[in-house]
Amino acid sequence: MTIGLTHFLLLGTALFCLGLYGLLSKRNAIAILMGIELMLNAVNINLIAFNKYVAAGSYTGQVFSVFVIVVAAAEVAVGLALVLAIYKDRLSTNVDDLDWLKW
Amino acid sequence: MNDFIFAAAFYGLAGMTILSAAGVVFLKDIVHSALMLALSFIGVAGLYVLLNADFLAAVQILVYGGAVAILIAFGVMLTRRRNMKESNPNNRWVIYASFVSAAFFAICGWALMGTDFKPVGQQVNPEAAVEGLASLLLGDYVVAFESAAVLLLVALVGAIILAKGAKEA
Repeated sequence: MTIGLTHFLLLGTALFCLGLYGLLSKRNAIAILMGIELMLNAVNINLIAFNKYVAAGSYTGQVFSVFVIVVAAAEVAVGLALVLAIYKDRLSTNVDDLDWLKW
Repeated sequence: MNDFIFAAAFYGLAGMTILSAAGVVFLKDIVHSALMLALSFIGVAGLYVLLNADFLAAVQILVYGGAVAILIAFGVMLTRRRNMKESNPNNRWVIYASFVSAAFFAICGWALMGTDFKPVGQQVNPEAAVEGLASLLLGDYVVAFESAAVLLLVALVGAIILAKGAKEA
């Protein structure tokens, strides 16, 4: 059985759902960042698979995934800096503790 | 035969990616999760090679497998926990989270199975991916490309200031 677009899209969906599960179910802020990274990777797989199987000969999908990688790198750097700043203040990375805006 | 090799490579890389991604979310020790995350990034890079995106595979290994994995490992090490064995706990909504993820997977999978994706445009044999990417990035998408460069610079400065504090940095 030949591997087609559907296989790659199903793989991307599975990866996205694992990331979503990590994002929703984890208590540690760094584990939540890991879930977000998994979801962004799943999006990249989808973009590049569509680029190969649907719009072969153009590179627009790959260009978009370059931008996704750039934004993901910026996001993880700023996110980890935020986590470190909060940890210095509170000695905790548990997102359930971060309720200063709640009243 | 060629198809068979492609299928074998796909299933091998897909299994490695999915299993290590499952390790990221299900393992109890967050250091193990961080290592599994790096493994999952490498598997995704292999999948990019299968999809004729060799430049992006190299970028994936450099940026994700190198930089992001190291950053997350540093984040884990700098936020020390007393008991590493239980350093990646679930919150109290884990049942709802698994239900939402499973339902999302089911709905997306059902929609994917029922859709017939037709190729669009002329199907030419692609040139080397780097040349096509370069002419798009420095042609049609040059404004976005330069904005991405500025975004990276701002994120770099912002991360330093956030982590060290504006006075010291």
